[in-house]
Amino acid sequence: MSSDRQVIIIGSGPAGLTAALYAARANLKPLVIEGIEAGGQLMLTTMVENWPGYRDGIMGPDLMTELRAQAERFGAEIIQGDVTAVELSKRPFTVSLGKTQYLAQTLIVATGASAKWLDLGVDKKLSGRGVSTCATCDGFFFKGRPVAVIGGGDTAMEEAIYLSKLATSVTVIHRRDLLRASKVMQDKALSIPNISFIWNTEVVDIKDVDKGEVTSLVLRNIQTGERSELAVDGVFIGIGHVPNTALFSGQLAMHDNGYLKTHDGSRTSVSGVFAAGDVQDHVYRQAVTAAGSGCMAAIDAERFLSGTLHESSALHGAPA
Amino acid sequence: MASEKIKTLTDADFGDSVKNGVVLVDFWATWCAPCRRLAPTVDQLAEEYNGRITVAKVDIDENPMTPGKFMVRGIPTLLLFKDGALKETVVGLETKDKLAQLIDKHL
Repeated sequence: MSSDRQVIIIGSGPAGLTAALYAARANLKPLVIEGIEAGGQLMLTTMVENWPGYRDGIMGPDLMTELRAQAERFGAEIIQGDVTAVELSKRPFTVSLGKTQYLAQTLIVATGASAKWLDLGVDKKLSGRGVSTCATCDGFFFKGRPVAVIGGGDTAMEEAIYLSKLATSVTVIHRRDLLRASKVMQDKALSIPNISFIWNTEVVDIKDVDKGEVTSLVLRNIQTGERSELAVDGVFIGIGHVPNTALFSGQLAMHDNGYLKTHDGSRTSVSGVFAAGDVQDHVYRQAVTAAGSGCMAAIDAERFLSGTLHESSALHGAPA
Repeated sequence: MASEKIKTLTDADFGDSVKNGVVLVDFWATWCAPCRRLAPTVDQLAEEYNGRITVAKVDIDENPMTPGKFMVRGIPTLLLFKDGALKETVVGLETKDKLAQLIDKHL
């Protein structure tokens, strides 16, 4: 077992790396365990046009490369690996990566959220066989073929716009008759000729598991119950995200939807454990809000370590 | 940098290259961010299993035939062959420990 760390940060998206930057500059020598989806959701995006300070936008992976280098410049140590267990009942906290264990005086949870799959079972079986949650990764395989995008938010619109340049046609399937996406993204998607929309409709099955590839979608109109089939070679799921909180089950208080509860800034239900980014935010979920909350968590951790963080809430102590 | 113990395969030599022993093949492309995330893990496996298995990469941009043949429709995808037969398919990111377990099953 290695010696105590002042701060361990789990996760390496905008929240984790901003926490690392601030903690490093406060001389806390943070250890960042980057996780299997290192760099977070921005690694799967293309142009980020709403990160302040880049008037022409910046590519998501480039932004994360910069942020990582900036945190390292001030002494943050970033290691590969996925945390397999945490023990938060006593300080120092224990963080395990398989057989390797680390001890931490404070912990910042920035594990983010991952793409949500449909609840069909078949979608996971056909993952990498025509079902994808990442258009920029897998769109290449559908050049000159018809595809579908499921969802009505920004993620779904971004996927549809990206895919419209590769696929012959992009059919967006949405459960409602209104898009949830921002106005800019909606206008862009609605103006592209090879993107069409099917409203008030859900996907009830994906064919063909036996063939090991996607051949069509079985659709059901939510209002009429009418079923139909849509022939596509690929389907991209953009229906939102689930927080990566399974590790903390029974140890940190969570909302019913699985997001971590925070109070008085970034504090969780365990004293000395702080949370930042999408893992505790199901409302804003922006790169810049994640970064902001990462900064808050690092400042809270620093004050906790120096004994100047005031324990003001009854939530302090055992998980609720 | 990629480990020098990793072989680069092409459409031309793929069939012959997976004929013997256990071969782990990483299908990737330069523009694929998750592939870059997986690369260090594949490098480590190549070092740790050096001499016992062959670890190889296929750039799908330069070699469109092979991914088509094995119905690879997303990257990164890892295929594990034993004596020419496809034994395991891993789509997307996976931890080194899980991949090592898969390899060990076939040794």
